[in-house]
Amino acid sequence: MSKAAELAKWGEVSTNGQVSGRRNIVINGAMQVAQRSTSVTGIGASGGYFTTDRWAISVGATSAGRLTSAQVGDGPDGIANCTKLTCTTADTSIAAGELLQFQTKLEGQDLQQMNKGIASAKKVTVSFYVKGNAAATYSVEMHDRDNTRFNSQEFSVTTDWVRIVKTFAADADDGSSPYGDDNAVSMSLNFNLHGGATYTGGSHTDNVWHEVVNQRLGDNATSFFDSTDRTFFITGVQMEVGSVATPFEHRSYGEELALCQRYFSHSGDVRNYAFVHSGYSSTEAYGNFSFSVPMRTAPAVTMKSSGRNLYSNGGARTVTSFNATNIGTYNFAHKVVGSGWTSGHACHVDVDAGTRFYEADAEL
Amino acid sequence: MNIISAQYMNATNLHDGTTYKDTIKATIGGQEMYVPLDPANRHYQAILEWAKIDGNSIEAAD
Repeated sequence: MSKAAELAKWGEVSTNGQVSGRRNIVINGAMQVAQRSTSVTGIGASGGYFTTDRWAISVGATSAGRLTSAQVGDGPDGIANCTKLTCTTADTSIAAGELLQFQTKLEGQDLQQMNKGIASAKKVTVSFYVKGNAAATYSVEMHDRDNTRFNSQEFSVTTDWVRIVKTFAADADDGSSPYGDDNAVSMSLNFNLHGGATYTGGSHTDNVWHEVVNQRLGDNATSFFDSTDRTFFITGVQMEVGSVATPFEHRSYGEELALCQRYFSHSGDVRNYAFVHSGYSSTEAYGNFSFSVPMRTAPAVTMKSSGRNLYSNGGARTVTSFNATNIGTYNFAHKVVGSGWTSGHACHVDVDAGTRFYEADAEL
Repeated sequence: MNIISAQYMNATNLHDGTTYKDTIKATIGGQEMYVPLDPANRHYQAILEWAKIDGNSIEAAD
């Protein structure tokens, strides 16, 4: 790049505010946080969130392909962690509706700076580090979920870490409309790793916004499920407004964890003593748990520990059920039903040491 | 989302002792979850879609 061109680029960077404040729209792009688990095997029958926070595996029609997802400490220089996907069961007979994506979903209220769907719409640049077991070609895709529009670009993977940079065209006033300014999903950033004719049957063109499903995956797409030798490593994912990929924005672990906890949080691995409750009656007792940060929406709560008891007036009492109730974005009530305690008396719930008491899921 | 069962759960109004429909107790992906009746919750959205399929229904509260 010439000096003049470089200066012009930096002028654009400055205009877009890319040199100040938070640039990276993606949460947990450095794959630092893995609250659910650091490794899950046998993924593929259905999608979901498995290891690194905010990153989901999305699947289409039933595939025989299976994979392991793991957070591993094998990142490129300057980025410690990455997500590693390993094919454990191959699928070389690809049905039309099959699809495999590594994906993060974003709230519309966090995307307003893109000016989506209006004349002043801005370009968006996505950058990330990838490597694999062998050469492969996949595609990275912005999926506008509010307007069902797609824009994908192919990229190549080698056996060495490479930073990929893709600038996406502005999606202005061509029939789309702005992203909703709310807490619902408006866009997903997809890494398309495998797909059938439903997604590959058309003629693909890089970096064009369209609404044609069979043009979503590139014409040169490798199938991640083509062999059990296949691996895919990814980290340092950044999405920023403008046409320039600035250096990856490093955040502290604590800051990244707090961002992730808006979508998923848990009690921590607790020790075997007291969560204070009180007897509402002789058969119902209540306690309250506050979430680490306010969650995106009222979460689904899973009570994790099987070793729970209620103690009151110096002894263990009979418990018939533990429930989560009155779940909000800030907290939820824990209801214990049983007998042997006294209305108005304090009691405490005891759980097995080293186990989680609850998990709360408000993911998109 | 692999939903096996779903049942409404009532909660007690601690002010007057009355009960109201509060959550859905669901078994999803092998885990028992308490799902709030919140249209923005993805598990609640999935349960409503699941309940539209013949043979599936959200059981009434006990």
